[in-house]
Amino acid sequence: MDIVLDNLDLMGRALGYTLLFFVIAAVLSLTLGTVLAAMRVGPVSVLRRAAAAYVTLVRNTPLLVVLLFFRVAGPKVGLNFSFVDLQLGQWRINNIFAALVVGLSIYTAAFVCEALRSGINAVPLGQAEAARAIGLPFGGVMTQVVLPQAIRASVPPMASVQIALLKNTTVCGALGVVELFARMRSFTNNDPTQRVGIFIAFAALFVVLVLIVSFVANRLERRWRIA
Amino acid sequence: MRLKRTKAAAAAVGLGLALSACGGSAGEPETGAEGAEAPEWEVVESPEFEAGTAMAELAEAGEVTIGVKFDQPGLGFKGATDDMPSGFDVELAKMLAGQLGIAAEDITFEETISDNREPYLQQGRVDLVLATYSITDERRQIVGQTGPYLITGQQVLVPADSDVEGIEDLQGEEVCAAAGSTSLENVEAEGAVPAPADNYAACVDDVLNGTVPAMSTDGAILLGYAAEQEGELKVVGDEFSEERIGVGYSKERPEMCEFINDALQASFDDGTWAEAYEYTLGGEGVEVPDPPALDDCQA
Repeated sequence: MDIVLDNLDLMGRALGYTLLFFVIAAVLSLTLGTVLAAMRVGPVSVLRRAAAAYVTLVRNTPLLVVLLFFRVAGPKVGLNFSFVDLQLGQWRINNIFAALVVGLSIYTAAFVCEALRSGINAVPLGQAEAARAIGLPFGGVMTQVVLPQAIRASVPPMASVQIALLKNTTVCGALGVVELFARMRSFTNNDPTQRVGIFIAFAALFVVLVLIVSFVANRLERRWRIA
Repeated sequence: MRLKRTKAAAAAVGLGLALSACGGSAGEPETGAEGAEAPEWEVVESPEFEAGTAMAELAEAGEVTIGVKFDQPGLGFKGATDDMPSGFDVELAKMLAGQLGIAAEDITFEETISDNREPYLQQGRVDLVLATYSITDERRQIVGQTGPYLITGQQVLVPADSDVEGIEDLQGEEVCAAAGSTSLENVEAEGAVPAPADNYAACVDDVLNGTVPAMSTDGAILLGYAAEQEGELKVVGDEFSEERIGVGYSKERPEMCEFINDALQASFDDGTWAEAYEYTLGGEGVEVPDPPALDDCQA
């Protein structure tokens, strides 16, 4: 465990990358997933099918394959993110980071869409009919009436999806960014005598991070209980 | 819908490319290109060891399990279609087995990656480890290590048209190396941004398509890749680290140390070490270095 405590600066940087992955991909996936869910329940059949195809394609593909597509196959066919080059303090947001964030977001959006759709299905049909009856267009029906109720109903599955995203960021450790998982591997390589301690330290850190996400989800659930 | 279809098609094509790239670029650089002959290792007939030692046990059993890397061209590499791994580590493993009276075909080569070398030795899954195993004080606390049989230094591999002249020019730039490797640590210590990859072949791809400006690991390995991609890649800069590659054995078998040292020293002296180097790591513009000085065995 000493090696972890002696290298808190490296740990901090790795934690920062993990959190950046999580936060950016969470925002992007929630946005994209909500649009997809709206498309799936919307009146336009082309959009409905496109969203269904997206979910089928992405949800049935392993995460690693999606990430490799953007990280390895993309640059070969000219799809790269070399326009991304930011320095946030000691964190460097580069083309590799961008490719991985896009991969994570695209993958997670499919699950967000389905979690949200389960919430939409939980809203009684009469709500949407009533909203249409007072003359709201589809956008209004969704944003004013259906989605506020659907989001409340889908907090628990949505929290699961986002927790999975947080843990999925570890896949990026083998693909070009030194986040927590990559840092753990370099620690265990450097000091095999402390392997067990290092594992426990990193596992505990992930438990804490997930507990924080669960706590936030729990609060939201309680606050929104009375719709 | 049409857009989605094109996207799906593009995805399919892209994945196909990615897969074929995995197959293609993992190829090993030519070894023994200079016409160097495979060294022939003497297999000692009925070697004599003191009863009860690990060497006596292994010689008696007539077989030995040795941990090597499968993904480091020139050192320890096994392609998808190869029956046997090849490389400098592997040749020395055959030499050591020969000294135990065990022929090359009776060696079981087990793949050891960076993370499982110590556990494998401790659990007895392998008898020896020759897997680009740098000697460090931390490792010596839990396993036996002796040697070094090779001293390497880290250099930088860049595209042929790059202006980079060494690791000094890469401050704050991404440099690719295998995840969890010492190479990656050294890159970070030099002030570059470490970009971990699954293996070195993936790093070469990233350098070739411009995702990262450079990659870094042992100079010997980089020369292999530069030779493979003639005219596209070049090795630059001075060596900025020193790795002492040694042999790992179980701490419960301290008697192995003397045996390994004697065998290594014999191969240094009779020139077979140099032959093995020439055969695996040699090539145009590569000079065979002098053998390193061995560490003493702690009693």
